[in-house]
Amino acid sequence: MKSLKIVLVGNPNVGKTSIFNALTGLNQHVGNYPGVTIERKAGTTHLTKDIKATVVDLPGTYSINPSSKDEEVALKALYDPNNKDYPDVVVVVVEVENLKRNLLLFTQIKDLGFPTILALNMADQMDKKGISVNVALLEQKLQTKIVMISARKNEGIDTLKQAVLDCDQNATDNIFDLKSIDADYFQTLEMLYPNQNPYKVWLTQTKVFAFEGINPLVSSNTELQKNDSEIKRLQHKETIKRYQFINEILKETYAIDTTKAKDFRMRFDRILTHKFWGYVIFMVVMLLIYGSVFELAAYPMDFVDGLFSDLSAWVSSVLPEGKLTGLIADGIIVGLGGVMMFVPQIAILFFLISILEETGYMSRVVFLMDRLMRPFGLNGKSVVPLVSGTACAIPAIMAARNIENPKERLITMLVTPFMTCSARIPVYIIIISLIIPQTYLLGFIPLQALVMTGMYLLGFIGALGAGWVLSKVIKADRKSYFIIEMPTYKLPILKNVLLNMYEKVLSYIVGAGKIILALSVVLWFLGSHGPSDTFGNAEEIVTERYVQQETSAEQLENAIAEYELEHSYIGIIGRTVEPVFRPLGYDWKVSIAVLTSFAAREVFVGNLAVLYNLGADLDVEEDGGRIVDTLAKEKRADGTPVYSFAMGISLLLFYAFAMQCLSTVAITKKETNSWKWTVFQLVFMTGFAYIVSLVAYQILK
Amino acid sequence: MIKAINTENVPLKLIEIGCMAGNIVEVLQVAPLADPIYIKVNDSFMSIRRDLAEQIEVELI
Repeated sequence: MKSLKIVLVGNPNVGKTSIFNALTGLNQHVGNYPGVTIERKAGTTHLTKDIKATVVDLPGTYSINPSSKDEEVALKALYDPNNKDYPDVVVVVVEVENLKRNLLLFTQIKDLGFPTILALNMADQMDKKGISVNVALLEQKLQTKIVMISARKNEGIDTLKQAVLDCDQNATDNIFDLKSIDADYFQTLEMLYPNQNPYKVWLTQTKVFAFEGINPLVSSNTELQKNDSEIKRLQHKETIKRYQFINEILKETYAIDTTKAKDFRMRFDRILTHKFWGYVIFMVVMLLIYGSVFELAAYPMDFVDGLFSDLSAWVSSVLPEGKLTGLIADGIIVGLGGVMMFVPQIAILFFLISILEETGYMSRVVFLMDRLMRPFGLNGKSVVPLVSGTACAIPAIMAARNIENPKERLITMLVTPFMTCSARIPVYIIIISLIIPQTYLLGFIPLQALVMTGMYLLGFIGALGAGWVLSKVIKADRKSYFIIEMPTYKLPILKNVLLNMYEKVLSYIVGAGKIILALSVVLWFLGSHGPSDTFGNAEEIVTERYVQQETSAEQLENAIAEYELEHSYIGIIGRTVEPVFRPLGYDWKVSIAVLTSFAAREVFVGNLAVLYNLGADLDVEEDGGRIVDTLAKEKRADGTPVYSFAMGISLLLFYAFAMQCLSTVAITKKETNSWKWTVFQLVFMTGFAYIVSLVAYQILK
Repeated sequence: MIKAINTENVPLKLIEIGCMAGNIVEVLQVAPLADPIYIKVNDSFMSIRRDLAEQIEVELI
């Protein structure tokens, strides 16, 4: 079967992705370019029954001069014939409303010598906006085939496919004369590099990229050898000249009847970017998102949770008892449940984020929040991950994908886990009820609730503080400028929203899911296995110990569970590292609980319950009192309570700052595409938590 | 109207969007603390930070 390579390029917000989705549907794959965080979107489509095409959707750009290191990697597809994305045909997607700016990129692509098609998107809007285009004349002037498309209405896609098939006849000559920039200089270049594409020769001189067979000019002749600022000046001039060239063409081919153009933009923007109402509306939007991720997702999450625990119980009952059954029922199925648990949150969050992006509201958020987030190295868009992080860091870190600036994106991902996620709530509840008296401050403010609020605030301050520090430490690859387009308001296209949601869920399951699953199985193994002389004989040893006392079957069972956890590998590790945690005020039981809660923070409470012979099936809401009572009675050898005020505070602080969640580690690895930053985050957060807890305990003790 | 742009200190991207001498730039909205600024230039609607805006010399019309 014949196969063609198509690359879609275009300015941001021109509906490139809509056309990509219309072409490929579910036959698309989103990955990362090697070493960078920019998404590489590729898919396949059938041009005819026999001819297939791979389609690559390049990140939106205003020109082929990359404005960031990451963009550079993506744009390599247009520079390097050996790149796997190097196209047979380039489709430049433009929107009719701002043809002038869109055509700048087109003339550059055209001058690189690619067979090029111009796809005029949102063609259905032309009448409404009073725009008319002389297509035939424009085709002639630009020496290209023009296809009118409305991705929203799915119109023109077949014409585009046909145009790609017919594309070989298209002229591939340069359309813009570089000599209009600086006649002498470009004349000389042409002489020095005969038979080469003059635009490629020029791009080589600007050191944007190196082309095969063309080397940058090295000469002692200052007339020829331009320094960096002269090159930059020429690039500026090139842009101006290209615009003049485009304006000349558009004068003859493009007309807009301004009386017809009704612009809703200003009416919306006056409110949505208002100094007061803009923030009020934004807060309402964030509350809606938070509520959806926190409350709405709880139902499907409980369902998934129940499903997998039922499945686990069913497998244990059906299969014969043994190591393999344990591995399947308690290791793999529980691990899978842990992976699937987050799917509802991710789906809901990305459904909402896609809508915000599609409508154009997200750019307004950036506008509103930029100044406030900037001192902390964050982006206006970082607000979404941070707020989502109070529900769960997994979908929140994924939400950072929408931040274009690589440095701000990285910092957002690194600090988001500081936000108090819902899994920390049971831990906080138990410890707070242990160490904070149930009294009222000033007679009406409940002290416990105040501390709880304080913990949320602490997480927020932690995130901002860490962001501030990181913004000083992490170096940007080059100076980045804040230039954000404010797109026109559009109704979201459901297909785009759903595809985006589907793709995010899929990439989570495939990318992070396997790490979560593997780590869960490892933790399960460590928690349910131990040396045979102690762990293996737990039942006999405990039964023997209790033989003189009258104990109920349940008490005995709990005692065995406690003995097993204590003598499991993880228990052994917990007791071994106890000296490390002792300066923080934790005994070996707490150390074990802290270690095991790495699987998920909420496990802390359950495992404490096991360690204190209360059985594992406790619920914080129902049995919280019992746990608290038991813990409160726990005494050290010298008679002082284990869960003293100092130790409680130290534990609260540890949970507030430590990276205590293997799923977050997995998602950070997936999203940063780097073990370096993943390990850095783990060490940074946990190290910070350790120091803060240490200081707090030593002072309060 | 844009009178001049400090080409040394602004990224090429700004020029590519259409921020060029001779074009009309309209300030549509200013965020609190006067930063960032929401402008219209060359039929493009952009938001830029103050430090960048300061590199653009304009003439009131």
